[in-house]
Amino acid sequence: MIEMNQAVQTASAELGNSIRTGSGKSFDRRARLRWANSAFRIACIAAAAFVCLVLFGILFLMFRTGVLTFQEVSFAEFFFSADWDPENGRYGALLFIFGTVALTALTLLISVPFSVLIAVFLAEVTPKWLRNLLRPVLDLLVGIPSVVYGYLGLTVLIPWLRDMTGKDLADGLLAAAIVLTIMVLPTISRVSDDAISAVPKKYRDASYALGSNRFQTIFRVVLPASSRGIVYAVILGMARAIGETMAVVMVIGNTAQIADSLFTPTAVLTSNIVMQISSVEFESTWNYALYMMGFLLLVISLIMIVAVRFLQKRGVRES
Amino acid sequence: MNESTRSEAPYSFGKRNSSSALYDRIFTGLVWGIGILVILFIVGLLFMLLKNGLPKLTWDFLYSIPSEIEEGGGIGPALFNSFYLLAISLIISIPIGLAAGIYLAEFAPNNKLIDFVRICVEGLSSVPSIIFGLFGIALFVEMFQIGLTILGGAISLAFLNLPMLTRITEESIRAVPVEMKNASFALGSTHLQTIRKVLVPVALNGLVTGICLTAGRAFGESAVIILTAGVTTSGVMWDFNLFSPGETLAVHLWYVQSEAIVPDAQEIAQKATSVLIFIVLLINIVFRVPLWLNSRKTKS
Repeated sequence: MIEMNQAVQTASAELGNSIRTGSGKSFDRRARLRWANSAFRIACIAAAAFVCLVLFGILFLMFRTGVLTFQEVSFAEFFFSADWDPENGRYGALLFIFGTVALTALTLLISVPFSVLIAVFLAEVTPKWLRNLLRPVLDLLVGIPSVVYGYLGLTVLIPWLRDMTGKDLADGLLAAAIVLTIMVLPTISRVSDDAISAVPKKYRDASYALGSNRFQTIFRVVLPASSRGIVYAVILGMARAIGETMAVVMVIGNTAQIADSLFTPTAVLTSNIVMQISSVEFESTWNYALYMMGFLLLVISLIMIVAVRFLQKRGVRES
Repeated sequence: MNESTRSEAPYSFGKRNSSSALYDRIFTGLVWGIGILVILFIVGLLFMLLKNGLPKLTWDFLYSIPSEIEEGGGIGPALFNSFYLLAISLIISIPIGLAAGIYLAEFAPNNKLIDFVRICVEGLSSVPSIIFGLFGIALFVEMFQIGLTILGGAISLAFLNLPMLTRITEESIRAVPVEMKNASFALGSTHLQTIRKVLVPVALNGLVTGICLTAGRAFGESAVIILTAGVTTSGVMWDFNLFSPGETLAVHLWYVQSEAIVPDAQEIAQKATSVLIFIVLLINIVFRVPLWLNSRKTKS
């Protein structure tokens, strides 16, 4: 079907060229049209090339600046030491890397079950009027700025956690993970919801015809059939959680120590970059180390995109 | 409940049926409960933020200049900068994003290179926003030596918008039925005329929605702005100078909440939050409602 469409498209592109083979006196108009067409085409190519250029500019600049870290700091120290004390020349970034990984894992641990349940709720269980009401609401929630969620965490969640646990300080991984959960939940639910809704109705009918009830149908048929879409949703949410800065900065505590409990003030890659970047000289190892951390983030997010691509490709081949 | 009577039934699946029926009921209840509760919880939190801030708003607050030490500062310049930065970044990114999207949807041949370009666009859209901030610093503060400015912030923000706009354009243009395109070619129009007169108008619905989404996101973006446009304003209202520092509303909210020393920081933060949420919701709703109504009308 798709290939046929492409054939039609190429044929229609050739139709567009028919202006070249036309004859008559209107040469001026024809030349003008041809010129406008090719100019527009070139402008479009230039724009697409520019988008690629931006990505490579970013990659190049981040790498070139970041790699200067290793003039003074050894590779092993940067990646395997958790001692971050730039004033005294110690640049161990492990604690930030660990913080980012732990925070992302914790966020996914909380958000994925909730999101999938909400997606099932939206796609399978709700009556139609409620669905039509809730989907736009979730779409709006996706658009709420992250700094608002950070503010929410700082003014509502942290005092609340403090009361619950009886500690003086509630900043830390748990608070950040809850804030991130609230942030990525609408994204993951909506994308999973689309994936679940895209499962053909005949699968469900077949399952019901075999005598299974709704619970069995959803768990044995619908969720497995939409698993690839749900994984895609989770990766999207993960990318957002890893790269999120402002919401995390406001609740994580911003202390350069490794998190040994859920309530230890700590720091992650993004929060550390934004807190320190404005106070350091550009031409310093400290700054280079921050850029190296940014480069790490960049590489992680690009790897995830390649993973998504891979998933989609495999999906196309299988179906 | 009637577990005991069921278990005496001679058919084995009678029992299995009842337990799975029980699961089904529990599961349905669980899904309803969690679905409603979580959504109500998040919406409730945001509603609470709006409720805390909106009634206290005065025109004076929206218009006056923020103060560093005394009470009663407003958010005038920050609010203005938010719109100003957003407008400049959209002016830069919309033409490039549209053109790149049209290229990918219409002109691009189907080969490895174009696949690679698509991966680039997707990759760029997944780059964390703080990386654009670091890029902005390296480019504008270091290379061009212009310091933290509105211009630097706007261009960095435009880079952030670009991949989203490109993808949205490509998707909306591709969604136009091929019959319409063929009809246009059959009438003798050139490719450019077809794009201008047929494809873009038909895809307009998707395009406007996409631009609204992008604008809403850019309006609330703060990490990029902190790094490239700074956390101060020039302290004057209606400052159109591209080279003055350009703190936006989202940045101001963060700044007031975590660094400022004004005594009424709490209240300013409450009010600024409600304004921020209100505007973002407005951008998302106002532009989409007419299109939504329109699509309903054409469908029925």
